[in-house]
Amino acid sequence: MEPRRCVGFFTDTTVCIGCKACEVACKQWNQLPPNNSDGFVFTGMSYDNTQHLGASTWRHVSFVEREKPLEGQTTSLGAFSWIFHSDVCKHCQRAGCLENCPTGAIIRTEFDTIYVQPDVCNGCGYCVAGCPFGVIDRREDDGRAWKCTLCYDRLKADLEPACAKACPTDSIVFGELEVLHEKAEARLAELHAAGVSEARLYGPELDGVGGTNALFLLVDEPEVYNLPPAPVVPQKTQGEAWRSVAVGAAAMALLAFGVVATTRGRR
Amino acid sequence: MEARRRGATIVHVDPRFTRTSAMANVHVPIRAGSDIAFLGGIIHYIFEHERWFHDYVVAFTNAATLVKEEFRDTEDLDGLFSGWKPDKGRYDIGSWQYEGVGEAVPAAGHKEIFAEPGAGKKRHHPRGQDVLDEKRDETLQDPRCIFQIVRRHFSRYTPEMVERICGVPRADFERIAKTICDNSGRERTTAFCYAVGWTQHSVGVQYIRTAAIIQLLLGNIGRPGGGIMALRGHASIQGSTDIPTLYNLLPGYIPMAHVEHTDDLDTYLNANESATTWWSELPKYVVSLLKAWWGPAATKENDWCFDYLPRLTGIHSHMVTVADMADGKIPGYFVMGENPVVGSPNGALQRKGLRKAKWLVVRDFAPTETAEFWRTSPEHERGEVRAEDIGTEVFFFPAAAHTEKEGTFTNTQRLLQWHHKAVEPEGDCRSELHFTYHLGKRLQRLYAQSQEERDLPLKLLLWDYPTSGPHAEPSAEAVLAEINGYTVADGKPVSGYKELTDDGATACGCWIYSGVYANGLNHAARRKPAREQTWVAPEWGWAWPANRRLMYNRASADRDGKPWSERKRYVWWDAAKKKWTGEDVPDFIEDRPPDYRPKKHAKGIDAIGGDDPFIMQADGKGWLFAPSGTIDGPLPTHYEPQESVVENLLYKQQCNPARHEFRRRDNRYHRAFADPRFPFVLTTFRLTEHHTAGGMSRPLPWLSELQPEMFCEISPTLAQARGVVHGGWVTLTTARGQIECRAMVTERMRALIIDGRRIEQVGVPYHWGVVGRVRGDAANDLTAFVEDPNVTIMETKALTCDLVAGRRPRGAAAHEERVAMDEEMLLRIEEARALDEEGLRGEGPPLAEPTQKEPTG
Repeated sequence: MEPRRCVGFFTDTTVCIGCKACEVACKQWNQLPPNNSDGFVFTGMSYDNTQHLGASTWRHVSFVEREKPLEGQTTSLGAFSWIFHSDVCKHCQRAGCLENCPTGAIIRTEFDTIYVQPDVCNGCGYCVAGCPFGVIDRREDDGRAWKCTLCYDRLKADLEPACAKACPTDSIVFGELEVLHEKAEARLAELHAAGVSEARLYGPELDGVGGTNALFLLVDEPEVYNLPPAPVVPQKTQGEAWRSVAVGAAAMALLAFGVVATTRGRR
Repeated sequence: MEARRRGATIVHVDPRFTRTSAMANVHVPIRAGSDIAFLGGIIHYIFEHERWFHDYVVAFTNAATLVKEEFRDTEDLDGLFSGWKPDKGRYDIGSWQYEGVGEAVPAAGHKEIFAEPGAGKKRHHPRGQDVLDEKRDETLQDPRCIFQIVRRHFSRYTPEMVERICGVPRADFERIAKTICDNSGRERTTAFCYAVGWTQHSVGVQYIRTAAIIQLLLGNIGRPGGGIMALRGHASIQGSTDIPTLYNLLPGYIPMAHVEHTDDLDTYLNANESATTWWSELPKYVVSLLKAWWGPAATKENDWCFDYLPRLTGIHSHMVTVADMADGKIPGYFVMGENPVVGSPNGALQRKGLRKAKWLVVRDFAPTETAEFWRTSPEHERGEVRAEDIGTEVFFFPAAAHTEKEGTFTNTQRLLQWHHKAVEPEGDCRSELHFTYHLGKRLQRLYAQSQEERDLPLKLLLWDYPTSGPHAEPSAEAVLAEINGYTVADGKPVSGYKELTDDGATACGCWIYSGVYANGLNHAARRKPAREQTWVAPEWGWAWPANRRLMYNRASADRDGKPWSERKRYVWWDAAKKKWTGEDVPDFIEDRPPDYRPKKHAKGIDAIGGDDPFIMQADGKGWLFAPSGTIDGPLPTHYEPQESVVENLLYKQQCNPARHEFRRRDNRYHRAFADPRFPFVLTTFRLTEHHTAGGMSRPLPWLSELQPEMFCEISPTLAQARGVVHGGWVTLTTARGQIECRAMVTERMRALIIDGRRIEQVGVPYHWGVVGRVRGDAANDLTAFVEDPNVTIMETKALTCDLVAGRRPRGAAAHEERVAMDEEMLLRIEEARALDEEGLRGEGPPLAEPTQKEPTG
C-alpha cells in the first residue's frame, strides 16, 4: 500500500464565475449520464438546471440571487448580488455513508477520501440516509449508490481531480489537506482585511462529521448555499438514541409495572 | 479574475446583471444601443475635468492637427457631418481632411474603395504624398485643431444627457468616469474589454472608435495594462480576420481589388498603398502573396498574376449574399462550422435563401438547423413549405474536432497557439484543411484539360502541400511555413516581413504572420512555462507582428524615449546603444532616435518621425479624429438603433445615416422609434453553457442539461405588467417573426428610466433551434437584416419587440397570424407615409416598403 496521504478540495466561492466547467469535466471524466432521466427541464432556479448533487452529478454549481449587496461590490440594482458555489462530496472525517454501509462497499482510501466500490455496492441505500449533506444517491437504472470519488483513478495516476483541473479561476483547489487549511485561512484573512466581513470557512469546524476534507469559503450563511449549518452523522447520536430508547423502555416498564401493581392492588 | 486578485477595479456596464457583473466591483445597467452616449459622456468628462494626458495627447495623437476649414460637425448639422450625399446615402469625405493635405490614408485601406473620393480610381502615385504638410498647433488652442473639434463634438454628452439617454443615474456615471480617469496617466493604465454587445449595431464600429478616443486621450494605448480588447466568441475569430474569411480583405489586411478601379497591379497598389509610413510597404506584401499563390506562374511580365484575383463588384457581405440567394441570384452555398439559420439575423429570410439555392454544403459535427432546413423549420410547422417542394441539394460533411486535427488558434491579443492532434477523427470526419485541400485538388483535376483562359487561375494555383496518413491529411505545418514566407530560390523560411520584396524573390501567405516559422521552427508551438521566462512571456506561442506582445509600444515611452514612469516602463530608447529596447520587441524602427524628424517630402518609412508610435497611420499619430477609414463619420456620434424605443435626444438625425438597410417585405422593420406595437428593448446574448448557434453544444447531453430550454430574462415589473409568471411561457414578437420561450423573471433585470419614461428590456439567448438534443425557438427569427456600413455586421444587440404571456400559435393558426401581420404591415406603411408628410422626424418611412409581391415563405 502506498503511503497514506490526506488530500481534499478547497473551494473558494469568491472567485467562482459560475461557468460549470467543473460539472462538465467531472461528468466527462467519470462518464456520468445526464442528470434528468425525465428529459431536460428548465428549472427556473436561476442558472441552475441540475439542481443538486446526486448519483449523476458529483460537482454541482448553485446560483443564488440575493436581495442583499455583496461586500466590495456596488450595483445600480441596489441591494442585490448573485453568488455561485460549486458543491461536492465533503469526504467527511466521520462519514455517515461509510458508517451506514452494511456491505463494506464504502471505504476510506489511502488518500483519506471516501470511495464507493461499485462492484461491492448492493444498492441497499442505507448510505443515502446516512449522509447529513444529502450528497450520495442511488442511480435509478442500476440501483447502486454513487458520488464523487475525488477522482480516485486520477489520484492513483498522480493527477489532480478533473474538476480542479478544469476550473479556470482556481476556485477549486486540490491538494494536501494541511496545505489547503493554510490556503483557506490565508484567503480568509485576505478577504477580512479587504472588508469582506461576511467571509467564513465551512468544513473544518463541522464537529458533527469530524471535519471535512472538502473546505469551502463562503460569504453568507451556509443555508443560503443549501448547506446544513450543523450536520451530524446519525451514528454520532446513536448512543443518545439508544439511551433514549433505554429510558423509554425503562419508563414503559415502570409504567407497566405500575399499572400491574395498581390493578393488582385494586383486586 | 487575475487582474481583480491583483487589485484592479472591474467595472461592468451591461443591460443585464450577468455572471460578469457578479465578479465586478461596479455594475451599471444601461439601455442596449446607447453606449456611444455613455462613452461620449466619459470623453466629455475628460474635457470638463481636464483629465487628458496632455504630453501623450500632444505628442502621439493627431490632437494638434488642423482640419480643413470647410469641415462641419454634427453640432452644426444636427447629427450629420459635412459631405453627406442624401441621394447616394453616403459621405464624401473631402471636407474631413487635414488642413494643407490633399488626402489622408487610413491604416487598412479597403473601405475607401466605397467611401473616399477618387480612391481606387486610376492613379499614378500613392495617396498621402503631402501628409507631412499638415498644419499643427501644439498649444491645442486653434478652434480648428482636432483637440478642439473633439471637445466641441462631445460638448452635449453631459452627465444629464447620459442619464436621459442611457438610463444611468448621474452619480453612477460620474463615479465610473472618475474611476477610469483616476486609473490612467503616467503611473497607471486602464483597459477596455468588449464583446459583440458593442459590435452588433448599425453603428458598431463607432462604439469601438469612442473607446479608442478615450484611451488615446488618457494615454492608454501602446502601454502595458492599457488597450481595447475584443473578447472573442470563438477560438480563432481573430485568426479569421487576419487570414480572412471576409469578402473584402486578402490575408494581412490587404484590400481586395475592386472590379471598376483596378485594371492592373500598379493602379491597385497606387490606390491602396500610402506614400508615407508602413503601408508604403504594401507592394512587397502583395507581390509576395501572389508568389505564394501562383508560384512560378507569377512573373513580373504578367503582373504576378494579379488578374487571377477575383474582383469585388460591390458589397458581398453575408446579409447581401443571403438576400441575393433569396432572390434566386446565387446558386450555391458553402457553410463550414457555422449555423446561420440559428446564428444569423432573420432566420426566416436565411431559410428562404437556402430554399432558393441549387446546392448547399454544410460541414459540422452533427447536422445543424442549416443542414436540416429542408425537412424541419418553423415554416414546415406552419404548413407554409413542404420538404418535397424544396429543390436544394444538401451535402453534409462530418467535421473533425480541434482535438482531431492540428493547426493554430489566434486569440484577441494576436497570439498564435498551436494545437496538436490528440486522436484520429472517427469515421468520415475530416479537418477543414483536408476538405479544402482535396476539393482544390479535385477541381484542378477537373479543369486540367481545359483550354479556357478563365480556368488558368485554378489550373496554375500552387496547391502542393505534403500529405500523410491513410486519408492523405495535408500538413498544417507546411501551410504555416507558406504563411510565414520563404525565399523562392531555395525555399528557406524568411525571418520576418522585413525580408519580403516586391521583385518576386520572396513568397509569403500573410505578411503580418511572417516570422512565425522563422528558421524552420514552429514558434506558435512554443510552450515555455511563465516561471521560466520574463513576465511578458515572449516564448509562449508567437504574436504577430514580429512576436510583439503589445502593439504601438513605442508609446510606452515619452517623446524623448524615456518611460512615462518607472511603474509602467516597457519599451524605451537606450541612448548609449542608440536603439530601442525594453521588455518586449519594440514596435518601432530599432535605431530611429526619438529626436528624428522626417525631411520635407520624405517618403515611405523615412516619413516616420522618432515620436510617431502609430507607424501604420499615414501621419504616425493615434487618430482622435479619423479623416478617412470610417464610412459613417470622422467622429463617433450617438445614433439610435434601426428600431428604438425612443427618439434621438441629441440630434434630429435618428439613426446612423450611412447604415445599410434591406427594405424588403421579408425583412420588415418597425417604426424607427416608439412603435406602440413593440414597446420593449430586445437584446440577444450568449450563455456560457452553449456555443453560439448550438451546433457544438446542443448535441451534447452534458452541456444541454445545464441550459436545457430557451428562455428570456425579464424584470419582475415587466412580468407583472404582462401577467407573466416565472418559469411560464411567453411569446415574443417582432415584424420578422414570433417565438415562444420560458420566462426567467429576475431581479437581475431592471426597468430603466429613459428621459422620464420607464423602459423595459428583454434579454434573449440565441442558442436554440429545431434540431439537436435540446430544442427551442431561435431568437434570430426575431432580428432583422441591417448593417453597420464599415464592416457590414448585423444589429442584434438592440431592437424592439413585444412580449405577451402564453405560447405562440401553431400550425395553420400561426400561418394565418403571419399573413394578417403582413396585411397589417401594408396598412401601416400607408400610415407611415402620412406620418412622414406630417414631418415625423427620422429617416424615410419608419416601416418597410414592400419590394416583392410574394408573401414571406
